[in-house]
Amino acid sequence: LIFPILSAFSPLAQLLCIFCILLVPLALAGIALINTGLGRSRSAAHAMMSSLCVTAVAAIAYCICGFHWQGFPGQPAHIFAIGAKSWDWLGAGRFFLGGIPWNGSPASLAACFQLFSIGLVAIIPLGAGADRWKLSASCLSAVFLAGWIYPLFAHWVWGGGWLAQLGANFGLGHGFVDVGGSSTIQIVGGVTGLSVAWLLGPRRGKYSSSGMPAAIPGHNATFILFGCMLAFVGWLGLNSAGAILFAGVLPERIVLIAINTLLAASSAALITLIITQARFGKPDASLTANGWVGGLVASSAACAFIHPAEAVIVGIVAGALVTMSVQWLEFNLKVDDPTGAVSVHGIAGIWGVLAVGLFARFPVQLPGQFIAQLIGLTALLGFIFPLTYGLNALLNRFYPYRVATDGERQGMDLYELGADAYPEFVTHSDEYGQR
Amino acid sequence: MKIAGFLLLLSGGFLVLTALIMLPTAGSRTAFIVAGLAVEILGLVLVIRAHIPREEPR
Repeated sequence: LIFPILSAFSPLAQLLCIFCILLVPLALAGIALINTGLGRSRSAAHAMMSSLCVTAVAAIAYCICGFHWQGFPGQPAHIFAIGAKSWDWLGAGRFFLGGIPWNGSPASLAACFQLFSIGLVAIIPLGAGADRWKLSASCLSAVFLAGWIYPLFAHWVWGGGWLAQLGANFGLGHGFVDVGGSSTIQIVGGVTGLSVAWLLGPRRGKYSSSGMPAAIPGHNATFILFGCMLAFVGWLGLNSAGAILFAGVLPERIVLIAINTLLAASSAALITLIITQARFGKPDASLTANGWVGGLVASSAACAFIHPAEAVIVGIVAGALVTMSVQWLEFNLKVDDPTGAVSVHGIAGIWGVLAVGLFARFPVQLPGQFIAQLIGLTALLGFIFPLTYGLNALLNRFYPYRVATDGERQGMDLYELGADAYPEFVTHSDEYGQR
Repeated sequence: MKIAGFLLLLSGGFLVLTALIMLPTAGSRTAFIVAGLAVEILGLVLVIRAHIPREEPR
């Protein structure tokens, strides 16, 4: 931990931490609204229903075994020693959140924080698989994500694992630092989203035979933009609670965290607006919303340790990266990601992690912080990405993820739920017909 | 190509771990960490290429 932390928080830190944790579900609600708004109208109820079910499944899976694998610094863990260095690679607590003292201890607050934020990790891939991912398959995938994949990486970073110990063991800065979850929550969700988008393939009619993508605009810009506002409030909680819990940041620093979160999101949204205005002649609402969330994602890792001016730079780069990568993925890599989840959570998250190495100012500056951040990214790319892709590919082989062709034609609402989100709407023949 | 890409991703990850364990000096460790990242990027390129659908002949 960067700041010296006590085994128990002060009453003020405890109260603030609880308040911030209670804001976290708003981030989840915001992303669920954005995912729904960016999808088609005939799949709107399905998108919201999937978000709710996946959140529920993820919370239960995490409660059963997720926190057992993840743990918290000071709790039992699987450790092996190589060359006089200890490698803490997996938590070894008890199942069903056992062994946690429910008295406002840091471990109990961390368990609550994780239970609230695990839903956010699980709904990120839903955006990448929108309009074609079966409800049951998405819930099955969430079990593995919340029960194994996320806790493994979160233990390495937040549970006192080997990435967190890079500083103590190898003199690399303060070890891998990510206070609000740019990597643990966002990149893990982003790479799972990429895996799901690849396994599902593009939506029917998205690409012509010559490979040119068709524009399939989101059906409700109001949902998207209101989702951004909700997500901002949730992110304030996510970044602040994460900083107190996993970096031992003092409660007074929450003011700086809130300012940096807002500035990063604002600058990212504005740069996206300017870029889309310059390219298309008018600002694009959905890309601007993606830029806003990209700024929030990038702010998470470093928000407690950077100057507000640096938060603006973090946001500007995040916004530009999101705008460019959304189009690059769609046009060049032929990845059909209806909500831009891979760019917003994956690419902006990577930038957020690197920003810690570039800008963060800790109470004690130590050399090697950027290398520690790079090692964290190599662990994500080298171990977590193949793991999440492999598990999803295995599941897809035994229980196909993609809905039947009729389901895509009718819309996921009618096909999977039996009722439309907007039953008074007339279904257009061009939407319902063969594509 | 896809499997080769994922194997390269894993190899890059293990290269970084091995560098941390075996190399004593910061300079050589950094060089191998960067090399591990480069191997991973190569693997990622292969995985991405394997997933790009082929265009139908006109």
